[in-house]
Amino acid sequence: MTELTDITGPATPAEHPVAFPQDRTCPYHPPTGYQPLRDGRALSRATLFDGREVWLVTAHATARALLADGRLSTDRNRPDFPMPTARFAAVRDRRVALLGVDDPVHQRQRRMMIPSFTLKRATALRPTIQRIVDGLLDAMIEQGPPAELVSAFALPVPSMVICGLLGVPYADHEFFEEQSRRLLRGPSAADTQQARERLEAYLGDLIDRKARQAEPGDGVLDDLVHEQLREGALDRAELLSLAVILLVAGHETTANMISLGTYTLLQHPDRLAELHADPALLPAAVDELMRMLSIAEGMLRVALEDIEIAGTTIRAGEGVLFATSVINRDASLYDDPDALDFHRPARHHVAFGFGIHQCLGQNLARAELEIALGTLLRRLPGLRLAAPAEEIPFKPGDTIQGMLELPVTW
Amino acid sequence: MHIEIDKDVCIGAGQCALTAPGVFTQDDDGYSTLIPGHEDGARDPMVREAARACPVSAIKVTEPAG
Repeated sequence: MTELTDITGPATPAEHPVAFPQDRTCPYHPPTGYQPLRDGRALSRATLFDGREVWLVTAHATARALLADGRLSTDRNRPDFPMPTARFAAVRDRRVALLGVDDPVHQRQRRMMIPSFTLKRATALRPTIQRIVDGLLDAMIEQGPPAELVSAFALPVPSMVICGLLGVPYADHEFFEEQSRRLLRGPSAADTQQARERLEAYLGDLIDRKARQAEPGDGVLDDLVHEQLREGALDRAELLSLAVILLVAGHETTANMISLGTYTLLQHPDRLAELHADPALLPAAVDELMRMLSIAEGMLRVALEDIEIAGTTIRAGEGVLFATSVINRDASLYDDPDALDFHRPARHHVAFGFGIHQCLGQNLARAELEIALGTLLRRLPGLRLAAPAEEIPFKPGDTIQGMLELPVTW
Repeated sequence: MHIEIDKDVCIGAGQCALTAPGVFTQDDDGYSTLIPGHEDGARDPMVREAARACPVSAIKVTEPAG
């Protein structure tokens, strides 16, 4: 603490640190408590739940530079790693593949995964995604309005897609969706710890069964078991860690984008009409929604060395968090940043992160979102909220942002 | 236009292929590669944008002198 008091400069305002994270007031806008951070500054001080002060990055150029900076670590087992929530801190062994390891371990893991997540692979999966989306909408239409869109559509679409891709039986979806939910926003630290253990036991058993099969299945986990595990490029613990992150990250985030994306479009009738009139706008609309909604708030790093940036020195050992919702509304990059605008060049948002840890599944996510949102609007052109917008519950600020439920009718 | 891709740095994010699909693609291992016949950028105005979209700055675009 004391070593920070002598740091001054344009990026270090004298005011009190903001609390981080904070709940949003409107589910698609940054928390009103972050408004003071939106004055063009690059970095601010923020206070975490445990009282620790960290740097909070709020400018786009600074975020890109720091996310690509190898002097920041994402190793969650480091004792100086910042803990955003009590839930996060409670997990005793925070080893997380990809997202939680630095190079060279990260590079080795990522290189095993990229052939399964290329743009071509995502394009080849489009007919499968379309069938899944159509099947779920058929069921909704047959049952008739109203419907709860999170459970009927937003969650099952990515859950079915990632199950097929990984080789996880969708029949088990209630189990792993429940464990993922508790892992990301369980009621207590003990609950989170138990959810992780259950998920690991389930996936460990699945991996062992796959390893015993003479003929491998065609999922990514089958490939990893029969190639990387057999060749010794991966051990079972590391494979299990990869399986957990692929399954959890593969469905939770996309589900939240579908639910919150739909809510946001329904709250912007002019933009919705524009999409109905010109479905070719969909790819741009998806990236603009990614920018505007910034559902993964608060990417975490710790500085390994002193870093001079934006007139400030980040000291070795200090935590660095990224306020994605503020970064993606940097007025120096985006005109009228609070507006939903499908004609702006939104692509350079950091909603998928940046640097070596940029989302592995982003091509798949874009394909899923284009097909899910596009087909939903086309097949249910009269879609509207079935409850007052301000009464529909959404997720608290300490997890991936999204709707808790989404009652709709058509 | 001269385009260089550092495959030691590439993480296979596919942002180049998404941004300038006429020039960049991903090989079987997922790494960025130039489409045969379009190695000079094919006068595609999105090539520089693709380099900027790369999350690990693996793409260098230079104009030959003169």
